[in-house]
Amino acid sequence: MNPKPHAFKAIVTLAVSGLLACSALAVEVGQPAPAFDLPGQQGTVQLSSYKGKTVYLDFWASWCGPCRQSFPWMNDMQKRYGAKGLRVVGVNLDQKPEDAKAFLATTPAQFDIAFDSAGQAPKQYGVKGMPTSLLIGPDGKVLMVHQGFKAESREELESQIKQALRIKE
Amino acid sequence: VTVKSPLSIALAAGLSLLTGCSNLGQVQPWEKGQLAKPSMTFEADPLDQRFMQHIYYSKDRAPPAASCSPR
Repeated sequence: MNPKPHAFKAIVTLAVSGLLACSALAVEVGQPAPAFDLPGQQGTVQLSSYKGKTVYLDFWASWCGPCRQSFPWMNDMQKRYGAKGLRVVGVNLDQKPEDAKAFLATTPAQFDIAFDSAGQAPKQYGVKGMPTSLLIGPDGKVLMVHQGFKAESREELESQIKQALRIKE
Repeated sequence: VTVKSPLSIALAAGLSLLTGCSNLGQVQPWEKGQLAKPSMTFEADPLDQRFMQHIYYSKDRAPPAASCSPR
């Protein structure tokens, strides 16, 4: 038996790359938001169709408690800042579409909903927690990445939205 | 055929095991629907939880095992 140096090198490279592969790249502030094209409640939901609007993109699932709490708030934001150019887009990540339907029946959404049961969009965005929300400017660049939803963070998120829409206090 | 270095073989074998089961299938944050079910928590049944609590409290209140009192 004679271990070849090439084989050894290859194994080392494989092992190291396997370790590095665990960390998915997350979208950061300033980067262009990855495009997606997903089925929605009425027709498809395309990120590119929101160009010129400020988008509050939210990744949610029916089993996620904070997501349920965030829905009335997102309805409120859409109602209050919709005229100023805000569009709230909720991307559902349930693996079973029925779960999402049941959730929406009890927690109505007055904003655009897209369904991504395959989880393509969150992979592109490098979602690390549920819910994850992003603010995307009219130019398609990410302005904010936020994880989770707490009662305390509402004001902070609203001020971020106001800042993105250039609304003075 | 000479065994060049058993250490390098061992090292290669060890390194190939380093990633372990991490590549078997990663559960992404959005795939944790099953784990979020109430039955997946440690305290799923309130009655069972109270029963466990009762056992713990009563055992804690009992004298230590090393004491002289007969049991």
